[in-house]
Amino acid sequence: MPFTSVLRRQSIDFPLLLIALLLTGFGIAMVFSAGQIDAPSTLIAGAWKRQSAWFALSLVVTWVVTRGSVRLIEWSAWPLYALSCALLVLVLFVGTGAGTAASVKGWLSIGGIRLGQPAELAKLATTLMLARVLAAQREPPRSLVDLWRPLLVVGIPWLLVMKQPDLGTGIVFIGICFAMLFWAGVQWQLLVMLASPGISLVLAFSTGIWGAWFLMLVALVLWYRPYLAEGVVVIVANVVTGVVAPLLWDKLKPYQQKRLLVFLDPSIDMKGSGYHVTQSKVAIGSGGLFGQGFTQGSQKRLQFLPERHTDFIFSVVGEELGFLGVSLALALFLALFLRSTRVASRANDAFPSLAAFGLVAAWFVHVMVNVGMTLNLMPVTGIPLPFFSYGPSFLLVSWIAVAVLLRISAEGRGQPDAIGL
Amino acid sequence: MRRARVARGLLFASFLALGAAFFRAQVLESAAYALQAESNRLREVPLPGARGIIYDRKGEIIAENLPGYSVSILSPTEDSLRSALRTLSQVVTIDSAQQALAVRRYRRAPTRPAVIFNDASFQVVSVLEERRVEFPGLIIQSAPKRYYPDGEAMAALVGYTGEISEDELARDRFEGYKAGQQIGKAGVELEYEEQLRGREGSRFVEVDARNRVVRDAGVRPDVQPEAPPPLRTNIDLDLQKYAHDYFADSLRGAVVALEPTTGGVLALYSAPSYDINRFVGGVSSAFFQTLLSDPHTPLVNRAIQGTYPPASTWKLATAVIGLQLGLVTMDTRMEQPCTGGYYYGRVFKCWDKRGHGDVTLAQAIAKSCDVYFYQLGLKIGLNRLLAGGVKLGFGEKTGIDIPNERTPTWPENTDYFDRKYGARGWNKSVALSLSIGQANNAQTPLNMARFYTALATDGRAATPQVVAHEPERKQILDLTPEQLDGVKLALADVVSRGTAAGARIQGLTIAGKTGTAQVPPLKDFAWFVGYAPADEPKIVLAIVIEEGLHGSTAARVATKLMERYLKAQLTMTSVISD
Repeated sequence: MPFTSVLRRQSIDFPLLLIALLLTGFGIAMVFSAGQIDAPSTLIAGAWKRQSAWFALSLVVTWVVTRGSVRLIEWSAWPLYALSCALLVLVLFVGTGAGTAASVKGWLSIGGIRLGQPAELAKLATTLMLARVLAAQREPPRSLVDLWRPLLVVGIPWLLVMKQPDLGTGIVFIGICFAMLFWAGVQWQLLVMLASPGISLVLAFSTGIWGAWFLMLVALVLWYRPYLAEGVVVIVANVVTGVVAPLLWDKLKPYQQKRLLVFLDPSIDMKGSGYHVTQSKVAIGSGGLFGQGFTQGSQKRLQFLPERHTDFIFSVVGEELGFLGVSLALALFLALFLRSTRVASRANDAFPSLAAFGLVAAWFVHVMVNVGMTLNLMPVTGIPLPFFSYGPSFLLVSWIAVAVLLRISAEGRGQPDAIGL
Repeated sequence: MRRARVARGLLFASFLALGAAFFRAQVLESAAYALQAESNRLREVPLPGARGIIYDRKGEIIAENLPGYSVSILSPTEDSLRSALRTLSQVVTIDSAQQALAVRRYRRAPTRPAVIFNDASFQVVSVLEERRVEFPGLIIQSAPKRYYPDGEAMAALVGYTGEISEDELARDRFEGYKAGQQIGKAGVELEYEEQLRGREGSRFVEVDARNRVVRDAGVRPDVQPEAPPPLRTNIDLDLQKYAHDYFADSLRGAVVALEPTTGGVLALYSAPSYDINRFVGGVSSAFFQTLLSDPHTPLVNRAIQGTYPPASTWKLATAVIGLQLGLVTMDTRMEQPCTGGYYYGRVFKCWDKRGHGDVTLAQAIAKSCDVYFYQLGLKIGLNRLLAGGVKLGFGEKTGIDIPNERTPTWPENTDYFDRKYGARGWNKSVALSLSIGQANNAQTPLNMARFYTALATDGRAATPQVVAHEPERKQILDLTPEQLDGVKLALADVVSRGTAAGARIQGLTIAGKTGTAQVPPLKDFAWFVGYAPADEPKIVLAIVIEEGLHGSTAARVATKLMERYLKAQLTMTSVISD
């Protein structure tokens, strides 16, 4: 096997690369299938070719990135972070909805040509930046105040994407943030306290449940004994969010409110997002064990299935390849995450370890939210499925992440735990 | 490595949960989702089944099916139906009533294509086919259309078909019917709906998310519609048509012809008539209004719904009751000979002012002497007269197998008069009027014909049957064979010595009784009820001509009809009398 020996000589993490290639191939096949519908639509029918072209480009970029070093990547975190924040600001002024929702501005385009979503780059840049900031701290943060730096790093792009608004990417940022804090050694009690206002916000809709949660939180604070000011702040923050949740609810845009309500009961909006979710469940459910056959899904062909090539592409997998296809796709994702987690735990330094874990976390949130959405386990927030959903900029960024992981893996091979994991 | 283990554990747990959710949806609940997917994309388009053909006794067609086209539209919502109708109306004429009807049809059954035209012209169909792409969801298909080759002759008998109404859908009888289906609305079509109903087939078309028909689905096999076996009736189409031809347009009245031993309905006609073909596929409201507002009430089926005083045709009933009670024989004379009238509180006139003199019962029947029957009626007495009439079947429907027969008027006992006029509001002289077929006695032509089937045979009255079943006969005459022969002889004698010689038909013996009913303020109605041939009856016929003035008018028509039916066996001379 001359090819594999070449890879081995180059210290390439062959399983990781193979998994990513399989996922991308699988994804492009599904994008191709998504274009096979009964009423001809040239726009979607050719999407798989564009996706393939971008994949080719992605491989080139990947090769370039793997030529560099982890130190170079660490160095580039700052400029990338600054650039992506600048782009996020820019997109608020000149961004377009790109046909998804009129009020949403996620896309940068020049002369009508869409260049991409800065939020995708921001996820990568923020992960690297956060890894850098957390790696620079000698001790794991011991109090909430200690967390101000990482929270600021995540907070700036988070606020900017929420301003678009892009709830899905916002959730990904939160996922990255918590996962990396956890990986950096922050104690779980601290993480719970950090998350508590957000949890209060959700639970506030049921006074009883919120009450129970609040008592548990108080018990946690008394037991963990943070600084008095911190404890007070956490408690107060929870009371405030618990009380103002209904007010915040009113501040949400109607379509956002609707999406959250539809998550609870898809039948309330059968012509809008509830329809999407219902049709998606029908498509997946009717796929059965073996599916209706590649390109043969009737829900897809007859266009009952919305957003077939982007957000709901996993429904096509479910309909056409059945439970076996779904299991295969999920197994590939699980393998990717396990392998990447291994890369993170074997990295030779704090930065690469944290960066690797952050990338896993970002993908993980994407997969859980997107796949969960197709079965109405998650609200419809419109975030794509890595390697599957059609979208050049996302595919490119995903492959850069693969490249970073490959590089980290190459440098960390056989090294002992770098940050005392 | 603790954190790595926690992370791995979380990963496994999350994927296990996802996998379980997919397992549940795709393996455990897959069938339900598959069904939902099918109902998403497959639309059942009903293929109307042809109704059973209706034949007459000789195999002539009374009702058949012609090829036709229906145009309907599949819509996901009422709004889209409305907009489709708007677009369609730019190409073909759809008036607002039709549009409203289509919307109503949609509301009743949103998953079925809403019918726009039940019976589209070929021109409409070709225009629509040509521009098919512009109209997603449009369904044009063949729909057999009911046709009655002799529609005007058949109106009273065969009924017609139409789209099932909301009221009818709610009835138990039409359980399992769906909105938009055609059902029998009257006559044989309604009575024998269950036998005539064609089994609806269905076709499946595959539609996309916008309800555009993508293709005929090969997934589920189409179910071909089926027509039931034909329905054979007792009708003699030739006689029926002849009756229609013979009733001039200006006449009102009815004809019923029965087979005496089986009750088979040979003809049943009501004039004026109308063409039932105009009711097929939905009657136009203008035409329906014309029929409704016509003073001659063509929508009333006079043969089974018109009740008229039977006049002299009823005298046979009085005679039979008297004979049964043993009060008279055919040779009995009354105390008072006929001098043109009879005094009972006041003078009751005989139709012949000159008087018939001293007559026997046989002669009284022959000459239709009112005075004789006044006295016979008094002899019988009101109570026995009423009871006798009830026993002869004058108070009830015949039970013919077509709907909406009217119950004739015959008082079951004297309570009837108390109820109607008050206890002191009437006196026993009503017996006199009743015994000559006037007063509170109103019979349908069908009921009179049924009574005469008993006279024509062995005293058993046959239940009239449009469709051939086992004959049903009921002994209503309680006469000895001698008495019955006497009555028959008298009926034949009636004829040989009678006054209606103008209606005579060479070579045919006809026994019958004319009647002239007084229906103030209208002119007299003409009755004839009789049978032929007199010695071996093959046909019993009752006829009423409203404002026909004299029974002989009816007799002339009746003999012509009988002759037509019996033309194969003409041997005897015939005489008719009042």
